[in-house]
Amino acid sequence: MSEEFEKTEYVSYLEHKGKYTGIRSWIYTLDHKRIGLLYLYAIIALFFVGAILGLLMRIELVKPGETIMKPQTYNGVFTVHGIIMIFMVVIPGLSVVFGNFFLPIMIGAKDVAFPKLNRMSWWIYIIGCMLAVASQFMKDGPPDAGWSFYAPYSTTTSTNVIMATFAAFVLGFSSILTGLNFIVTIHQMRAPGMKFMNMPLFAWAIYATSWTQLLATPIVGITLLMLIAERLFGIGFFNPDLGGDPVLFEHLFWIYSHPAVYIMILPALGVITEIIPTFCQKKIYGYKAIAFSSLAIAGVGFLVWGHHMFTSGMSDQARWFFSFLTFLVAVPSAIKVFNWLATMYKGSIDLRPPFLYALSFIFLFTIGGTTGLLLGSVATNVQVHDTAFVVAHFHYIIFGGMGFAFFGAIHYWLPKMYGRMYDMKRATVAWVIIFIGFNLLYFPQFILGIQGMPRRYFDYLPQFQTGQIISTVGGFILITGLVMMVYNLVQGVRKGEIAPANPWHGSTLEWQIPSPPSLENFDEAPVVKENPYDYE
Amino acid sequence: MSEKKVHVEVHRDDEASKLGMWLFIFTELLLFGGLFLVYSVFRAEYPANFHEGSLELSVTIGAINTIALLISSMTVAMALTAIQKDNKKLALALISITLILATVFLINKYVEWGAKFEHGLYPGSPLMKYLDRGHLLYFSLYFFMTGLHALHIIVGMVLLTICLFKVRSGNVNSKSYIHLENGALYWHLVDLIWIFLFPLMYLIN
Repeated sequence: MSEEFEKTEYVSYLEHKGKYTGIRSWIYTLDHKRIGLLYLYAIIALFFVGAILGLLMRIELVKPGETIMKPQTYNGVFTVHGIIMIFMVVIPGLSVVFGNFFLPIMIGAKDVAFPKLNRMSWWIYIIGCMLAVASQFMKDGPPDAGWSFYAPYSTTTSTNVIMATFAAFVLGFSSILTGLNFIVTIHQMRAPGMKFMNMPLFAWAIYATSWTQLLATPIVGITLLMLIAERLFGIGFFNPDLGGDPVLFEHLFWIYSHPAVYIMILPALGVITEIIPTFCQKKIYGYKAIAFSSLAIAGVGFLVWGHHMFTSGMSDQARWFFSFLTFLVAVPSAIKVFNWLATMYKGSIDLRPPFLYALSFIFLFTIGGTTGLLLGSVATNVQVHDTAFVVAHFHYIIFGGMGFAFFGAIHYWLPKMYGRMYDMKRATVAWVIIFIGFNLLYFPQFILGIQGMPRRYFDYLPQFQTGQIISTVGGFILITGLVMMVYNLVQGVRKGEIAPANPWHGSTLEWQIPSPPSLENFDEAPVVKENPYDYE
Repeated sequence: MSEKKVHVEVHRDDEASKLGMWLFIFTELLLFGGLFLVYSVFRAEYPANFHEGSLELSVTIGAINTIALLISSMTVAMALTAIQKDNKKLALALISITLILATVFLINKYVEWGAKFEHGLYPGSPLMKYLDRGHLLYFSLYFFMTGLHALHIIVGMVLLTICLFKVRSGNVNSKSYIHLENGALYWHLVDLIWIFLFPLMYLIN
C-alpha cells in the first residue's frame, strides 16, 4: 500500500464485471471476498452432508442392535462423518470464509498479500474435497479407521484408506498456503497507521491461527505420507508386526491434530470478541490480554498433544507433564471468557441474533472447556477414555464453540457481505431451536459416557437406551433448527431488506465502507482508530 | 512523485514475497523434521541394524553429492550477486552451472539407487520382506527420505530453470530480482536438508 491513496469509484464486488463472466468470474476470481463466499458455499454443503451422516448414526443408536445399518457401514459412517467435519468443515471453517472476507478489510488492505496463491489454495481445497468424497464410493468401500487413522488398523484394513489419507494431505496443503498468505498479509498489508496494537482482535486470532496452521500441518502431512508408503510397500513404520511403533503414529498424529483444535477454536474466539463489544457498545475489556492470550493458546497448544494418549502407554513423567500443560492452556482461554463478561458489564446490551449466538457460545464453550479439564487430568481420563463422554466434550467445543461462532459470524456479517438483512424474528426462533436441540443431543452423552457407554460402538447394553433416545430426539430438533436458520439466511440474501452500511453500529473498519463492499474494499483511504473498539 | 510511489509498492511486494518464501521454508523443514524424528526413534531402537545398513551405502558417492550440492549453493548465491551487479551473462552462466551440478547429483542418485535395485533392495521388493526389522526400517527410511529429497531437488531445478528464462528475457534484472532470490533460498533449503541427511544415512556408525 502506498503513502498516497488513489481514490476509486464504488462498484459492488458482487456486480463487478471483470475479464470473465458468469461462473468463470467466480472460479477464476482473485478477489478475496468472492473466494470467501466460494468457501462458504462449499463448507455449508459439506456441513449438511456431515450432519446427515451424524443423524444416521443417531438413528442407528436409537435402540440396541441393528436398526438401520450393518456394523461395517456404521464404521464407515463415523469415519466419513469425522473426515468431512474435521478436515473440510471446521479446520478451514472460519478462517477461510471470514478470514478471507474480512481480514483484509479489517486491517485496511485491498486484498490479501498473494491473491493468486489464495485462488490456488481454494482450488487445492476443492481437489482435496473431491478426493475425500471419491474415497467413499470407490470399490474397496469407505474407509473405516476413524478420522484419526490410527495404526496399525489403518495400515491393514482393506478399505479405501490411501485415498482418504491422501485427501487429508491435500487439504493440509491448502491449509498451509492459506496460513502463509494471512501471516504475510498481516505483516505487510496493514493500512498506514494500523499498528499491530490497533488491529481488531479477530485479526489477532487469525494471526495466531495461521502460525499454528503453518507449523503444525507439515507434521501430519509427512505422517500421512508415511502411512501411505507403509500401505503401498509394506514398510512397517507403524505396524508392530513389521518392527514399527503404533504409539509413534499417535504421537505424530496428535502433534498436528491437537494444535488443529486451536486452528478451529481460535478464529471462533476472535469472532466472539468482535460481536460482544459491538452489541454492548462498549470498548473491549483488556485488549492486550485478549490479543496475547490468542498467541499463548497457539503456543502452549503445541505442547499438550500427549493428553490424547494417556492410556496408550506413556511414562508416568510424560503423563503428568502433559496433564500439567493441558491445565495451563485453559488459563488463556479463561482469560478471554473473563474479558468478555467484563466487557458486557454496564454495557448497553442489544439482544440481536449474533449476540445470542455469542452468549450461547460462552455457555457451551465453558461446559466443553471444563469437561476438557476432566479429560486432561490423568486419573479421570483413564475412567472416561474412549467413552461417549469424550464425544460429548469435543462436540461441545467444536460444534458448540466453533459451530455457534460460525453461525454468529454469519448473522453478524451477512448484511455486510450481501448488502441485505435477514428476518430477525425467524433468526431468533431458529437460534432457540438450535440451542435446545444441541444440548438435548450432546448433554446426555456426558452421562452415558460416565456410565460406561463406549464411543464408536454400533451396539450397546439396554441400560443406555433412555439417554440414547433423548440424544436422537435432540439430533432431530437440532437439524430442524439448522434448516430453518439456513432457509432464513438464504431468504434474507435473496429478498431481504436492503441493509445499511452499519446496521449494528460496529466500530471496526468493515463497517465504515458501503454494503456490499466495493471491489477494492476502500474507495477512500480508511480512517484508522487508535482503539478499534471506540464507540464514542 | 508518482515514480516514488511505484518504487514504494515494488519494494513492499518484494518484502512480502521473501517473507512468504521463508515461511514456506519453515513448513518444509518441519516436513523433514517429522522424518528425522522417526529416524531417531528407530535408530535408538535398532542401533546395530542401522549401523550395518549404513555400511551398505557408498560414502564416496555421498561425499561427491554433498560437494556438488555445496558448490551449487555457492554458484546460485553468486548468480544472485551477479544479477544485482547487472552482469546478466555471468548470472546466466552461474545458474546453468547450478543446474548442471543438480543434474550430477541426480545421476549419482540414480546410480546409487540402481545398484540397490539390482540387489533386490527397493520398497515393496520380495527381498525386503526377509530382512531384519531394523534393516527393513533403515532401507525404507533411506528410500523414503532420499526419495523425498530428490523430489525437492527436481522442484528446485524447475524453479531455477524458470529463473534462467526470466534472467534471459530480462524479467529478472538488477532492479527486480525477487524471483531469483526466492529460487536461491529454496535451493539453499534443499542443500541444507542434504547436509543433515548425508551424515545420518552414510556417516554415523
